Amino acid sequence: MKKVSVQCRGIGLSYGSTEVLKGVDLDIQPGEFFALLGPSGSGKSTLLRLMAGFARHQRGELLIDGVDVSARAPWQRQVGLVFQNYALWPHLSVWDNVAFGLVERREPAAVIRQKVGAALDLVGLADYGQRRPNQLSGGQQQRVALARTLVIEPQVLLLDEPLSNLDKTLRVQMRQELLAMQRRLGLTTIFVTHDQEEAMTTADRMAVLDQGVVQQVGTPRTLYDEPANAFVATFVGTNNLLDVHLQTNAHSSSARIEWPGLGTWPWAGAVPAGAPSRCVLSFRPHAVTLLPTPAPDVPASCIQADAIVQSHEFCGETTRYRLRVGDHGVLADRPHRSGLAPWAPGTRVTMQLDLGQARLLV
Amino acid sequence: MVVAAFLLLFLVAPVIRVFQAAFVEPDGAWTLSHFGAFFDQGLMRESFLNSLQVAVLSTLVAAAIAMPLAYFTVRFEFRGALLIQTLGVLPLVMPPFVGAVALQLIFGRSGTVNLLLNEWWGVNIPVMEGLGGVVFVESIHYFPFILMNLTVALRNIDGSLEEAAQNLGGRGWRLFTRVVFPLALPGFVAGASLVFVKVFDDLGTPLVMGQTNLLAPQAYLRITQVGLEDPMGYVISVLMIVFSIAAMAASAAVLRHQDVTSVQKGGSQLQRRALSPLAAVAAYAWIGLILCVTLAPHMGLLLLSLAQVWSFAPLPDAWTLQHYARVFEDSGGMIGNTLLYCGIAATLDVVLGVAVAYLILRTKLPGRQALDWVATASLAVPGIVLAIGYLRLFKGVSLPGSDTLLTSSWWLLVLAYAVRRLPYALRACMAALQSLHRALEESAENLGATPWRTLRRIVVPLMVGGILAGFVTSFITAAVELSATMLLVSAESQAPMSYGIYLYMQSVAGRGPGAALGVIAIVVVALGTWWSHRIVERTDRRFATAQETT
Repeated sequence: MKKVSVQCRGIGLSYGSTEVLKGVDLDIQPGEFFALLGPSGSGKSTLLRLMAGFARHQRGELLIDGVDVSARAPWQRQVGLVFQNYALWPHLSVWDNVAFGLVERREPAAVIRQKVGAALDLVGLADYGQRRPNQLSGGQQQRVALARTLVIEPQVLLLDEPLSNLDKTLRVQMRQELLAMQRRLGLTTIFVTHDQEEAMTTADRMAVLDQGVVQQVGTPRTLYDEPANAFVATFVGTNNLLDVHLQTNAHSSSARIEWPGLGTWPWAGAVPAGAPSRCVLSFRPHAVTLLPTPAPDVPASCIQADAIVQSHEFCGETTRYRLRVGDHGVLADRPHRSGLAPWAPGTRVTMQLDLGQARLLV
Repeated sequence: MVVAAFLLLFLVAPVIRVFQAAFVEPDGAWTLSHFGAFFDQGLMRESFLNSLQVAVLSTLVAAAIAMPLAYFTVRFEFRGALLIQTLGVLPLVMPPFVGAVALQLIFGRSGTVNLLLNEWWGVNIPVMEGLGGVVFVESIHYFPFILMNLTVALRNIDGSLEEAAQNLGGRGWRLFTRVVFPLALPGFVAGASLVFVKVFDDLGTPLVMGQTNLLAPQAYLRITQVGLEDPMGYVISVLMIVFSIAAMAASAAVLRHQDVTSVQKGGSQLQRRALSPLAAVAAYAWIGLILCVTLAPHMGLLLLSLAQVWSFAPLPDAWTLQHYARVFEDSGGMIGNTLLYCGIAATLDVVLGVAVAYLILRTKLPGRQALDWVATASLAVPGIVLAIGYLRLFKGVSLPGSDTLLTSSWWLLVLAYAVRRLPYALRACMAALQSLHRALEESAENLGATPWRTLRRIVVPLMVGGILAGFVTSFITAAVELSATMLLVSAESQAPMSYGIYLYMQSVAGRGPGAALGVIAIVVVALGTWWSHRIVERTDRRFATAQETT
């Protein structure tokens, strides 16, 4: 099967005066498993429906395998879409559901028989052909929907929140199955999700969308470790965002940051281009080390400060503390060992932050 | 386009023709003089006021019957719920003018009840006399419209809204009048406006009861006795349409706010309470009384159809089956005609219904909203007005491919049925299409099916329950339609059952066979109603799980 690329070039779409997509640029590589992540209303589903032809963009172009398909009707595109609610037709058997696309393509009966059988085999439902969709469990329905889409051998596979209708255990299992199948077929796959864990565990690369704008594109690791802005920093995982003052020296390349009311520290990390003096310091809760008492000496690149416990939340592997440090609220994780009692609200503790684990955002 | 042309030609054009005739002088100038002439005639003024009075009173009486019943079913835990539901359908399965005849036998001056009362206590209750009798028959016949709409509306009230009022101290009658009833008002208004329109437009009942001083009978008499050129018939028609449309528009205006009252996500219905013993007795007594009165016409008709001799006696004196034999001998053609006409009309309706529903809900065609209004507006066009419009519009037009006049063929009947019953089929199709998730169609298109193929392979098969329900509703309501039929039947060989019953009922000797034919009509209608309920339930169940996931 030929692997194809998908490219969005400045795609803009408005409903009336509401701009849903504002100049989206994406370059999805052949054979890639690509996630579109964003909160509801970010335009991610619209972008997916647009690729399938159910929404029309007014600006820009959509290239599949290098060809602009913008003007093609849904039924003229070889783009398979698996719907969030599966959209299996209740009046047709599982077999007839899967055979639908082949019948529309006027394939000979023998070919249809062979291909439908193979597709049901692929998703492990070979014995379920004569059932009705509503006699299947949620996971089985999902597999039928997948088989129905794969059987027409689409150029690109689109998945709309594919796992959101399944319960948690099934979700993890289906996630792995989907990934394994995608790897085996080498099919360019784009899936939409609002669940960052789902995106991070499966995608080769992902794009974070907010308010119709692509905020950042990259591998899950890049997005997690090097968020491009405050939105990505908080949407992908949890992050502390603190307002700090950046003091740059025009003559040397050295820089310092001031945590208002707490002190200043040398900043060895990257300084965003054109950063103003007021910046945002971003660091993950697990970058903070919590100690009962201050340590006698700490490296210059490490912030040590007094903190007061406000509340805590037990998460299993860690306990997450909500702390007050000066005038700021800070989230910090403390690794849990069995028997370790939490600090009560009001307890005075010490927090350490290695600035090598922090980033400056504009 | 075909759909729009059909509606224009067979609904809009005839109505416009009627309006034109009412406002135009013989020489072609616009005038209001016909209306002046109308209100100058005492008879016309009286008919107009009588019609209004009868319609308003019937609506009020129907509401008085229906409201306690609806409230009982939704509010209290008791076993009568099923009984009430049955009650809700029973009167509707009988053509109202047949009900009038049968009620005469039970409640008339020499009917069973009055004879018994007279014998025992020497009293008489004149419920079947004069206009009051018309009100009695009409409200007995049409109260289910209010009952059904009000029950649905009460069911849809979010229980927390009432609980909030109770929490703040509301209770009893004030709770009902200030919170519960206002929330159910849209349902009540929908039902009440329908009753008003139906009663205002009804021709058969007053004719059968000999009350001709009402608008619909006057229009009929004018056209049949004075002729098609008499402007008075058109003036009456215009008045009837205006009042019907006003009533429908009023209810549409109220209904626009309906969505605020529906159960919120995670909400629950009104709490059901146990009835106190005293209240239970009252409730059952009321239901029992209504049930008896509602069943009376059915019983009366059945007795009449089996009676050999029945005069001035509570029950027939001798029994026979010969009326049925005579009906099958004489009127087999009429039964066949009904099946043929209503079958064609109902088929037309569902085809148009699917097309209009699809255009309205699934396309961005300009003017699709207007299509909806026009199709729905045909509810407000009285059968007799449509018939007059047809006779006037198609005067002298021959059937394509032959030289039979269109006005003397039965095709006009079929068209009138189709147009007047279109709203029922359209509502059923719209509901069926609305409950279909768009993704079911999009997935077909995604797999390569064109919209036309999607319509054929996915949409229509999934709508089949709604389509069948629409077909049956259109069919059975067309089968009992009389007002357009009376004007459009040009030869007895073309007459359908409803006209046959009416003809039989005109003579004393014909009442037996007429009743027999009526019983047959009721059985047909009841079977059809039951069948359509079954279909809807079965399709619902079949697709239930599929819709849960949407």
